[in-house]
Amino acid sequence: MGEAIVFYGLSAFILGFAVLVISTRNTVHSVLFLVASFLFVAMLYVLLGAEFLAVIQVLVYAGGIVVLYLFVVMLVNLKRAPETHQDPRRQTRLGVAVAGAVLAEFLAIIVYSSTNPSAPAVLAAGEVIEGGNVEQVGWLLYTNYLIPFELASILLLVAMVGAIVLAQREL
Amino acid sequence: MPAGFSAADFFYILPELVLTGGALLVLVVDVLTSRQQRPLLGWLTVGVLLVTTLTLLPFSDANVVVSRGLLAIDGFAFFFKLIFLLTAIVTVLMSSSYIEVEELRAGEYYFLILCATLGMMFMASGIDLVTIFIGLETMAVAFYILTGLLKPNRRSNEAAVKYFLLGAFSLGILLYGMSMLYGLSGTTNLRELATVLATQERSALLIVALILVVGGVGFKIAAVPFHMWAPDVYEGAPTPVTAFLSVGSKAAAFAMLLRIFTEGLPFLAEVWQPMFWVLAVVTMTVGNLAALTQSNIKRMLAYSSIAHAGYVLIGVVANSSRGITALMIYLMLYVFMQLGAFAVVVMLRRHDVVGDELKDLSGLYFRYPVAACAMLFFMLSLGGIPPTAGFMGKFWLFSAAIESGYIWLAVIGVLNSAISLYYYVRVVVFMWIREEVLGSPITASPAMVVALTVALAGAVIFGVYPRPLFELAELSVQSFGGVVAAAEAISYR
Repeated sequence: MGEAIVFYGLSAFILGFAVLVISTRNTVHSVLFLVASFLFVAMLYVLLGAEFLAVIQVLVYAGGIVVLYLFVVMLVNLKRAPETHQDPRRQTRLGVAVAGAVLAEFLAIIVYSSTNPSAPAVLAAGEVIEGGNVEQVGWLLYTNYLIPFELASILLLVAMVGAIVLAQREL
Repeated sequence: MPAGFSAADFFYILPELVLTGGALLVLVVDVLTSRQQRPLLGWLTVGVLLVTTLTLLPFSDANVVVSRGLLAIDGFAFFFKLIFLLTAIVTVLMSSSYIEVEELRAGEYYFLILCATLGMMFMASGIDLVTIFIGLETMAVAFYILTGLLKPNRRSNEAAVKYFLLGAFSLGILLYGMSMLYGLSGTTNLRELATVLATQERSALLIVALILVVGGVGFKIAAVPFHMWAPDVYEGAPTPVTAFLSVGSKAAAFAMLLRIFTEGLPFLAEVWQPMFWVLAVVTMTVGNLAALTQSNIKRMLAYSSIAHAGYVLIGVVANSSRGITALMIYLMLYVFMQLGAFAVVVMLRRHDVVGDELKDLSGLYFRYPVAACAMLFFMLSLGGIPPTAGFMGKFWLFSAAIESGYIWLAVIGVLNSAISLYYYVRVVVFMWIREEVLGSPITASPAMVVALTVALAGAVIFGVYPRPLFELAELSVQSFGGVVAAAEAISYR
């Protein structure tokens, strides 16, 4: 019961901030509301017992991605007040249709999954995880998945070299 | 030593370790040397690749699974790693003069080539979706950057952005399919996947996952209708990178394809065989028809390489050990003919000539007869004219198709080869008939001479005497778990 209250509270916050992201006029405010929304999603992950995912959500989305957004916003320099959109080519009907289709799809999934409760149980490993899943993920990364993990470090090095090569000014 | 690992785990990935060390060495040496000493970097890179090849050779008849079931060191991986290393060596050899003309940064260029090769090697020996995906990503990111290295050139910028965006999108689709496979089976290991899914009832979700994976892989091999990026990227990228992309990246994607489909999903063969049948036919036909009208050599070779992906797909459709043998032989022969053709195109790039239009070839025979004769041979080989390597490759592919009962597929393949002759011969016509001499004289650096010699030697020798290659490929297929699994799946039904 308590979990349900927390879940609905968090969901309300996530949706509320998401609405603010698209309704506010100021781009920087919009990005900051996005951060808030991401943080609440991270809390939702904690509620689900996925601490690792929560940390990644904060680090990657609230940290990395949003900083990227802020860079773009500051680079394009939106000083003047944005005028209201009166684009005649704006496809309002198409937008509503697509949104409606997505809504219908979600409803169909909810109806389907509630009427077919015997959906394939995918979680085969039903054991209770000791020591939280951060430790579990770390353990797997450094044992079973050591080679791909090291290869990922080469991948990051490649990306870093690439960023330097492409951004560097010619001498 | 990490828990669960033994010295053997690291012994079997020695070639990969050497290559990683070599790539880092190139990066460091680049900083320590002056601008005049840069050409030495190319030879250092070739040295690294040669040492890697030497450390690979002892594993020709190994057949083990290491690193906790993530990597298979078998004949199949060995054969494909040979293809990648050979491709990388020839590419590096043909790059040195091009780097000077375009004033590229040599150290980073060679580093990225080596890292792309490393990614390919993991794609070939990975039998786990995680390993395959990270290998693929390492290769792809290196290629995105290599494509955009010609910074002042708008076409190169455009090519890099297109390749990056479409590549990221297709990787997303592939990953979506892979995550569904994991969700349905509870394992990312391809061999476990085969056993787990074989006992399950075939669900609609599995088919959706299959389609998504086909789409993601189809992008990487540039099969129609996932080929839209190829002509623009091939045209805009630096020419040696285009060569590497069209041979190495494609071979790696085929290695991944075989691992996933014949090793991981053999019991679904009757579902994916028709899919690849359609893909093969459409890819061959569209590739060849579009190549007919191109006036840019790189674009023409791009469409030709799309068509060749279609021929190679015939081997996948056949889904027999003979089909896979033919596929591997064809990819090896394709290394020589395609890289040779690109080497000649790279030679055309001089300080005052861009050299990627067909008319830039005009009168080549009268200015540089050896290069023209070599190009003639590569074109006939790509077209599949009898005494050449290309003919042997196609012969095996088509006969494998007939053996598996796909007679129409072989017929369409032969018809397509006939169409393709038109645009290959057109190149020859330009080299021989017209006598306009444009721009500064064409020269070949020593490295370029070696590259051309290797390509020509491979194309000639394996065209006349293909037995050693055939034996090696047959041996490699024997150790490939997928064929065994496929045979088991058939008897299981």
